[in-house]
Amino acid sequence: METTFMTINMGPQHPATHGVLRLLLELDGETIVRAVPHIGYLHRGIEKLGETRTYHQALVFTDRLDYTNGLSNNLAYCLAVEKLAEIEVPKRAQYIRVILCELQRIAAHLLWLGTHALDIGAMTVLFYAFREREKVLDIVEYITGARLTPSFMRIGGVARDIDGEFAKKVKEFVKDFPKRVDEYETLLTENIIWKKRTVGIGAISKDEALSYGVTGPVLRACGVYYDVRKAHPYSSYEEFDFVVPLGKNGDVYDRYLVRINELRQSNRIIEQAIDGVPEGPFKAKAPEVTLPDKDDVQTDIASLIRQFKIGTGGFRPKKGEAYASVEAPKGELGFYIVSDGTERPFRFRIRPPSFLNLSALPRMIEGQLVADVIATIGSIDIVLGEIDR
Amino acid sequence: MRQNKLGRLIENFGEYIVSVKEEKGETVVVVRPERQKEILSFLRKDEELSYDMLIDLCGVDYFGENPRFEVVYLIRSMRDGDRVRIKVRVEEELETVSDLWSAANWLERETYDMFGIKFKNHPDLRRILLPEDFNGHPLRKDFPVEGFDFDRPFEVKLEEES
Repeated sequence: METTFMTINMGPQHPATHGVLRLLLELDGETIVRAVPHIGYLHRGIEKLGETRTYHQALVFTDRLDYTNGLSNNLAYCLAVEKLAEIEVPKRAQYIRVILCELQRIAAHLLWLGTHALDIGAMTVLFYAFREREKVLDIVEYITGARLTPSFMRIGGVARDIDGEFAKKVKEFVKDFPKRVDEYETLLTENIIWKKRTVGIGAISKDEALSYGVTGPVLRACGVYYDVRKAHPYSSYEEFDFVVPLGKNGDVYDRYLVRINELRQSNRIIEQAIDGVPEGPFKAKAPEVTLPDKDDVQTDIASLIRQFKIGTGGFRPKKGEAYASVEAPKGELGFYIVSDGTERPFRFRIRPPSFLNLSALPRMIEGQLVADVIATIGSIDIVLGEIDR
Repeated sequence: MRQNKLGRLIENFGEYIVSVKEEKGETVVVVRPERQKEILSFLRKDEELSYDMLIDLCGVDYFGENPRFEVVYLIRSMRDGDRVRIKVRVEEELETVSDLWSAANWLERETYDMFGIKFKNHPDLRRILLPEDFNGHPLRKDFPVEGFDFDRPFEVKLEEES
């Protein structure tokens, strides 16, 4: 008997593809025989543009990669440039960075939780998750002045110091948050409908996940202990006490559990960091690289000249190259920067976690049902801004 | 530990390794393109080395030099967390490693898309981020930032006419 497969397009305009992802699905009835992702609809050429700006100016592009996660992107870029220019960042700045990145991780995971549950059909979770996300974004807005594209980190430190009001807001949030996570869990963790839609769906084995270069919660759900914060500590992460949640089966449900536990761990890290912020400067002592304080610029002619010089001319790291990565909410986000001794990067390479996580998607959904594709895409938590760059 | 591991590599492929150096806490090994596939395969499959994760693969364009391009592999061993960067200088053509690490499949497609470096024996070497009818490879240094056709109007082609 002759069998013909049906080919359908999912996306690029589809609310459950989380952006402009187009999936070409070949179906045998409701079973997926072959899936081919088509990407690039959001390509803005950030790697090319980065080569045309000075090191300070290129920072703003990083916000636009994974737009749920501006602060971690900033940090990854700054770490790479600091490694390249051999700048030591003061402890206080490192702690501020950790607090902000973990707050951003909570916001990003809450966005994922709300939309992922909504995709599968549980609408209530969205309202719960966004309630707390709003609080996090308020804190981020208070200190950085923006909710979506903060551009707050600077090469050598952060843009401004934190104050008592910020610490108060963060402490209030941290105290309240674990109870809120319990609330999400009562809605989903033992929910029979949720489990039917997620347990055993979209699974990938440990070896395959490693071969595909999958990182972040998707890899840890397979039971692989790999978290950049532990494996290659940066920004004083080795000083904080936290565990890396691991899954077992590598399916959609385990990814959910891993992320829920990460919310609690991030909360723990913030708790320790906000109590332990050391005194001191929030910017490195490297006058040829870091921008001067705003107050000095307005009162002191030497600072004004320096601001103008660095702002327009930039600085020149020595010839060389550096790779630095952070554990972004999606996985390992790395920057590989090659310097040719001028004020602009010679190569501005971004190692996007979602790109490689998505490349494993066909492997996860082949042989499964169409309805499970939605659950699987939601569970790998892709952001197309980062995949297409 | 790391010294031993790289010692094993040099033992086996000594004459094909151009240089080994430590730069800013990262190990960088430059290899010659003739045996690039064997070296990477050895790093991946050898019991003691087992670099089982390809973290990143990208190209760099040194316009005006010869060979023109450099392909950079960043590999990591899950067992001891060791990261090594392997670099190869090439002139537009190189053997694929997508059979060693599945991650290389998309990363090589991207490198092909952006630099025009062709990977031999790649299962599906198509453009990935740019449309298939795109002209040129944008991350090459001789590609202008605004593109070749920025000052030309869009060609509108209606389906009925074609």
